[in-house]
Amino acid sequence: MKKHLSNLNEWVDHRTGLPTALRNFLYEEIPASSGWHQVLGSVAAFMFLVQVFTGIMLAFNYAPTPGEAYNSLRYILTELTAGRLMRGLHHWGASMMIVVVVLHMVQVFLYGAYKKPRETTWMVGVVLLLLTLAYGLTGYLLPWDNRAYWGTVVTTKIAATAPLLGPYLTRLLGGEGSIGVVTFARFYGLHVLLLPPATMLLIGIHIYLVRKHGVAPAPGDELVPAKKFYPEQVFKDTVAIFVAFAILFTMAVMVRVPLEQLADPSDTAYIPRPEWYFLFLFQTLKLFSGSLEVVGSVVLPGLAVLALILVPFFDRGQVVRVTRRTFAASFVALAALGWTGLTAAAVITTPKEAREVAVDFSAPTDWMQLSPEEMAGVAYFRRENCISCHSVGGAGSKIGPDLTQTAIHRNAAWMIQHFKSPSGVRPGTSMPPIQLNDAQLNSLAAFLLKLNPDNATALDNAPEFAVQGALVYQSGGCSDCHKVNGVGTELGPNLNGLDKRRSRSWVEEHFVDPPKLSPGSIMPPYKFSQRDLDNLTAYLFALPE
Amino acid sequence: MDDVQTVAQSPETPGTTRRSFYVISIYALGALISAALGLPALIYLLVPPKLRKQSEWVDAGDITQLAPNSPVEMTFRRNRVDGWKVTSEKSTAWVVKFPNNQVVAYAPQCTHLGCAYHWDQGKTEFICPCHNSIFSIDGKVQDGPAPRPLDRFQTKIEGKQLQVGPLASSSGQTA
Repeated sequence: MKKHLSNLNEWVDHRTGLPTALRNFLYEEIPASSGWHQVLGSVAAFMFLVQVFTGIMLAFNYAPTPGEAYNSLRYILTELTAGRLMRGLHHWGASMMIVVVVLHMVQVFLYGAYKKPRETTWMVGVVLLLLTLAYGLTGYLLPWDNRAYWGTVVTTKIAATAPLLGPYLTRLLGGEGSIGVVTFARFYGLHVLLLPPATMLLIGIHIYLVRKHGVAPAPGDELVPAKKFYPEQVFKDTVAIFVAFAILFTMAVMVRVPLEQLADPSDTAYIPRPEWYFLFLFQTLKLFSGSLEVVGSVVLPGLAVLALILVPFFDRGQVVRVTRRTFAASFVALAALGWTGLTAAAVITTPKEAREVAVDFSAPTDWMQLSPEEMAGVAYFRRENCISCHSVGGAGSKIGPDLTQTAIHRNAAWMIQHFKSPSGVRPGTSMPPIQLNDAQLNSLAAFLLKLNPDNATALDNAPEFAVQGALVYQSGGCSDCHKVNGVGTELGPNLNGLDKRRSRSWVEEHFVDPPKLSPGSIMPPYKFSQRDLDNLTAYLFALPE
Repeated sequence: MDDVQTVAQSPETPGTTRRSFYVISIYALGALISAALGLPALIYLLVPPKLRKQSEWVDAGDITQLAPNSPVEMTFRRNRVDGWKVTSEKSTAWVVKFPNNQVVAYAPQCTHLGCAYHWDQGKTEFICPCHNSIFSIDGKVQDGPAPRPLDRFQTKIEGKQLQVGPLASSSGQTA
């Protein structure tokens, strides 16, 4: 058996040279001082492979167009076994890759491993860091939820502030006017077609350069015999890779990556925040205002990148022991301090999701007159993405009829029947059935019955907090005891004008333990999620008197 | 790689125990990582999606018009769950009313390779144009490569309407 294998090996070697190449690769000599501090490059390469793998897995069930993207991702998360794990690995893998790449860079910097003749290795490495960040930027849009949408709006606007290049960059990113299908296609194309081959090429060059110049030795290495890469260093690399993978896997399983609601360009209450690793840039931007803004958005980051690339030319002294590189160490410490400070400031100044009730009274406010049930119908209308086939008073697609034509509404019973089985009621229709329960369909029908050409845009403007708040109101069965806009019973107090009678904190506390704040109350306690609580209270406080 | 290991000389290692510990660890950890990525990926790709409610009955057509022993292709629309979408699509069934008033609806694909077959009124048999499979009016294979009789839809009759459900569960197993 062994002889056969050896013959086969010889045959392959003779024809391809691969086994010899592999042997040369593994038995490369490395300095005696090499060890655990040099594992980070291998870990970064491994993290890249994990991203490639999980990215391909996601792409197998993903439709790269707005709207469809969201639905297909929701399908991955809710209907496919291990889909949530795949997305978790890809999402957290992106964050971890940035951590590992930066740590790799810090190690190389501290040890002065970028010095002659390894300047180009360092410079290629800086470009790889930028590519890693570019993945984060382009991948952020792909779930097409609110977070993705608003984050990308800000990104493209920042690109637009670049001196001279701004308008061209915006056009390249398809961000002219507003974020839409073109932006999405560009970002997706960059993320899966352009960046991966570029990364692979540069990783190839990077590793080639490392091999060409050898692993950077420490002072004193010339006195001791060199070691072989395999198996000791490979073992250390593998252990490090395993630890990194174990952390990633645990995070993917334990920490749920949220998928927010479908991107809503009309959601004026949304507070966009970039991914954590961009928060420091975001905070830097805040330090500059007016015409100086470009300094924070483009000039400073640009200079920082340039400085990073040119590091090997600033520091041209002899390689010395890492423990004596106090300047480098203090520089890293300072950078880490600055980064932490900026990031912390950004986190602290991020408003909690408790959104102030900011109703734009300059826009039509017809939505305020709707009953909670009808408002909940607006939520289902948005959630089911009816607008992708129907127009509402001119806006929207033309596949289905304009829903403001009151003639097509008929009555609630017909409509609900139609929602459940469109083709059963109207043979030949291409409308898919709506997967909602009866109460939800009732809401939807109630809303559509209210819709007419005069109030269409006003209803379209209903803020997301109010719509979501009404949804909570409706599912909590509040109207069994309360009245809003004349609908419901008056077992409990009428909720119109609540903002004049009570404070927000009182109302929020009241949900938790009603009898405590209003003795004798028969209202049961409610335990809402923070988001639901915020939306519901904000909605109630926005009601007309 | 075992081969590399035996061929190569490694004079600097003090003994083979430490070296083989390294080598075994590398393989073991590599295998663990591959399994932790590979198995979920296989599950992700191979386990069918959690089923959304799909068993739906649709009206196929009026059965009072059917003549005995004279199959008719009925066209209707039904919803199909297609990944993350539910699409409404045109669908057909070959419906036969037997003299005893029993009504059967055959799925419109040949059981060989899925081509659309048709009823030949002259020869009184179903003929598949692809590989010449021939089925009798009761769906049995008469000739050709078809491995099993025609698949049937579950059916029920509501008034004059024939309603068609999902494929009958016996389909596909009986040879």
